[in-house]
Amino acid sequence: MSTVAQSADATAPAPARQSDGEPFLVVDELTVKFPTFDGVVNAVSELSYNVQLGKTLGIVGESGSGKSVSSMAVMGLHDSRTARISGSIRVGGTEVVGLDEPKMRKLRGNEVAMIFQDALTALHPFYKVGHQIGEAYSAHHNRASGDQVHKKAVEMLDRVGIPQPDRRIDDYPHQFSGGMRQRVMIAMALSNDPQLLIADEPTTALDVTVQAQILDLLQELQRDFGSAVIIITHDLGVIAEMADDVLVMYGGRGVEFGSVKQILSQPLMPYTWGLLASVPELDSDPTQRLLPIPGTPPSLLSPPSGCPFHPRCRYRDHVPGDLCVRELPEFVAPPGHPDHLKRCHIKDPEAVLSDNPLATGAQP
Amino acid sequence: MTDTAQAGGATAAGTEGATTTREPQPAQPPGSNGSNGPNGEVLLDVVDLVKHFPVKSSGLIRRTIGQVQAVDGVSFQVNRGSSLGLVGESGCGKSTTGRLITKLHEPTSGQMVFDGKDLAPLSGKQMLPFRRDVQIIFQDPYASLNPRHTVGTIVGTPLKVHGVVKRDKVIPRVQELLEFVGLNPEHYNRYPNEFSGGQRQRIGIARALALQPKLMVADEPVSALDVSIQAQVINLMQDLQKEFGIAFLFIAHDLAIVRHFCPEVAVMYLGKIVEIGPRDVIYKQPHHPYTQALLSAVPEVGQATVGGRRERIRLEGDVPSPVNPPSGCRFRTRCWKAQNICAEQEPPLYRIAPGHQAACHFAAPLGEERTVPLSAERQQAAV
Amino acid sequence: MFGYLVRRLIGAALVVVVTSMLVFVLFFAGPSEPARSLCSTARCTPATLAGINHSLGYDQPVTTQYLVWAKGVVAGRTVSFGPNVDYNCPAPCLGISFQQRLSVFDILKQRLPATLSIAVGGAIIYLVVGVSLGVLAARRRGTMTDRSLVGSSLIISSIPYYLLALLAYLYLVSSWGLFPNTGYTSPFSSPVGWISGMLLPWLVLGLASSTTYARFSRGSMVESLSEDYVRTAKAKGLPERRVMRHALRAAIVPVVTIFGLDVAYLLAGTVFTERIFGIQGIGLTGLFAIQQEDLPIIQATVLFGAVLVVVANVVVDVVYSIIDPRVRLS
Repeated sequence: MSTVAQSADATAPAPARQSDGEPFLVVDELTVKFPTFDGVVNAVSELSYNVQLGKTLGIVGESGSGKSVSSMAVMGLHDSRTARISGSIRVGGTEVVGLDEPKMRKLRGNEVAMIFQDALTALHPFYKVGHQIGEAYSAHHNRASGDQVHKKAVEMLDRVGIPQPDRRIDDYPHQFSGGMRQRVMIAMALSNDPQLLIADEPTTALDVTVQAQILDLLQELQRDFGSAVIIITHDLGVIAEMADDVLVMYGGRGVEFGSVKQILSQPLMPYTWGLLASVPELDSDPTQRLLPIPGTPPSLLSPPSGCPFHPRCRYRDHVPGDLCVRELPEFVAPPGHPDHLKRCHIKDPEAVLSDNPLATGAQP
Repeated sequence: MTDTAQAGGATAAGTEGATTTREPQPAQPPGSNGSNGPNGEVLLDVVDLVKHFPVKSSGLIRRTIGQVQAVDGVSFQVNRGSSLGLVGESGCGKSTTGRLITKLHEPTSGQMVFDGKDLAPLSGKQMLPFRRDVQIIFQDPYASLNPRHTVGTIVGTPLKVHGVVKRDKVIPRVQELLEFVGLNPEHYNRYPNEFSGGQRQRIGIARALALQPKLMVADEPVSALDVSIQAQVINLMQDLQKEFGIAFLFIAHDLAIVRHFCPEVAVMYLGKIVEIGPRDVIYKQPHHPYTQALLSAVPEVGQATVGGRRERIRLEGDVPSPVNPPSGCRFRTRCWKAQNICAEQEPPLYRIAPGHQAACHFAAPLGEERTVPLSAERQQAAV
Repeated sequence: MFGYLVRRLIGAALVVVVTSMLVFVLFFAGPSEPARSLCSTARCTPATLAGINHSLGYDQPVTTQYLVWAKGVVAGRTVSFGPNVDYNCPAPCLGISFQQRLSVFDILKQRLPATLSIAVGGAIIYLVVGVSLGVLAARRRGTMTDRSLVGSSLIISSIPYYLLALLAYLYLVSSWGLFPNTGYTSPFSSPVGWISGMLLPWLVLGLASSTTYARFSRGSMVESLSEDYVRTAKAKGLPERRVMRHALRAAIVPVVTIFGLDVAYLLAGTVFTERIFGIQGIGLTGLFAIQQEDLPIIQATVLFGAVLVVVANVVVDVVYSIIDPRVRLS
């Protein structure tokens, strides 16, 4: 409930507008385009969301949904020569879009830090982990002595639960196991006590038991640091365990937003229904067929007209005429669902659902 | 603008959607052995399968200083037309087991009796007739298809190599297969890069299907795919199984998908099977602490409705090295139940119930404690 | 790491031995008749020819000849060109020059500094210039700087090297006299003379080859700039310069590989350089030896080239393991 849920206004304000003190991160109408030889890739279109300190926003989506591209924009990691960014991103009140590189550099790794999916490729193979962590610290502490940097690196390794940190600091990334490497990555990200941590698929490359350890660690650290967290994942289970709020992205747009409970137990949008129905659960009925989303994700070069999901939507006949094909639905809360935004023309999603029992794996 | 407008994807995407509602085709199916083989008849019987990879020293003379015990005494059976799931974390030996069965690796020792014939000692040439019967589907649909070959060549080559159909019948047959896996048969002369990840995995399945195998080893067949596409491929494999009676050895780390696909499940840890049994028992009443920990670590969507994170069994540390596995029970270094006996004696697979075995001295359902090791208890019972 | 190095050195030694055998067989089976070049045309009867062949051991089977030669390399030997024409050839004996009647090893030793000067100086220039330009182009990828760098490098590398060196000599030395004292002086007797004499050969050899390295390191750097760990370095808030250092550390690995493979090409370059600028190096010695059918020298220069390539590859392997800890620690 980090954002909209705070507001008592039942008529669904856009998530980016907040009256009582601005959230730490405010993304407003963010659009990211990449001009290429084949045309313009519309990676993110008019995306708005925000995150408050101490809260976790989960961003769910498949490859090409724009979930990673939008968070890279928050970090200012897009190359200004290849990316066209418009809209607004405010981090702790500072406008990031168009910020000059020296100021952006001060923000990066300091107030906003990021951990990446595959720590094996995200850590430099030729540098000792202590050096890599120390570098993150000294980049924002110019006056720190070599001794202080070293101590900080050991302290961070210890903080993320790596045994014998004073010895392991001289090891190279390939000498760590997958889980330990991800801990190093987290240590590096947290070395400047960032107020916003973006975790891009932090556990996708890990085994389940190790994933559990890393998720525990992230939660514990968030409790201690009180920072805002964005966790980007395709795994709805991870979302269920970690997030307070969830943003579902499709084709570069937000298509549903709400509390984790709203999204996972009362989803209002066919794409979210599809996601939930296409993954089996540990307690679902194995004799029931899975209900996949037909077709493939949309092209970002020439996005579908109207609703980006309409070519794959099973529920288009619940909308009169060719509204889905013609008109992009607005991202608003339907009546009776305050603070639960959806981008869909279906007027009464609950009625549609009761016609099509959506229990996971159910037959259409 | 109703199509997905992706290169080559428009027509095929439409077919992908259609797959889920396609009626089983009454016409001559690619596999004609679908009807024989009643459930319960053993197709593959693996006994004490071992694969060790030598570890060389880094000194002047490269002596063999150890063995990676990738697979160390694994036994299981796959029934005709049925599926066995192999689950476990990276390095547990599940993929190596799959590669042994397809003879992509030579086993160190053990038996793999397939259709009454032990495949383990067979040479490449002797294997040839069996290569038709055992096919593999790989994890990465991008790396496992040669980008310079057309789909027709990829799917048609096994047909030519094994002389399954006459030369002039190869293309019609390839088209039939493509249609079967939900791809546009007109696309047989396209290249893999013109297809999406899910479609490439369908090509891989068509290739495996071409020889009408009796057993398919599916090694993480959907883990590289997007969530919404995973279900399409799982459903396709279930259709094929139903129609052609193909047995599956389904290797995956995703416990929920294995549960969905396989009526029988084996859990592996450090080269050994630690628990094996029917799906309902393994998932609802696991007896091995590792299975319990594994299941409890899976994050669940249902959790959101309850709120907060549920208590789970937390395993400390990492999986030990398969070069120097712990003595006795290999899981004991991370096990909360471990006692002296666990370091001294390697637990055999104890029979818990018909078809359900667990390799733990203190095997018990979650919440129940066992004070006397199973071996001692059973000896007493025998006396 | 130590074991790795020792294994590598043993391998290198084996390669050198096998190469020496191949070179030997090649010249044994070759069309030249070495004795004839020793036999003065006026008084050369078949009997004298046979006598020379006999005293040189050329009437022996090839294996025997090789063993005699190999023993000479290790222990030295006496080379006889005929009755009472004996030459003492001490320990690393590569034979006696037919024309100069001197130990081939001594000749090569004397010529080595000039050749090494050219090769090392040129290599330093093309590595430094090439990699710097490559990094610059990669950083400015797609801009005018990048395009003009890539374009001009393509133009330069499409000109044959000997033509380039010849033009440089004709204009810069002959016509304009900009580098009047081009030639080799020992750096130990006159460092200034050495530098001023070698400057033009270095620049010509270095700049000509730097174009290849510029394009190559540009590609390597572009790839490494898109690596996840470079993104991580940026995400940490490191200054641009440090981010580049992260990228370069990885990008340099393939450049080192190419450098190792390129040593043979570098030697070819020095031969042209020596010939055009009139520098008395090993390459020039070898060229003259071919004209004069001075077999021992030809053999030794070929072997020298082979040894240099092998040594360069060992050095590349060592450099590898210094750059990449994964090589060192596994």
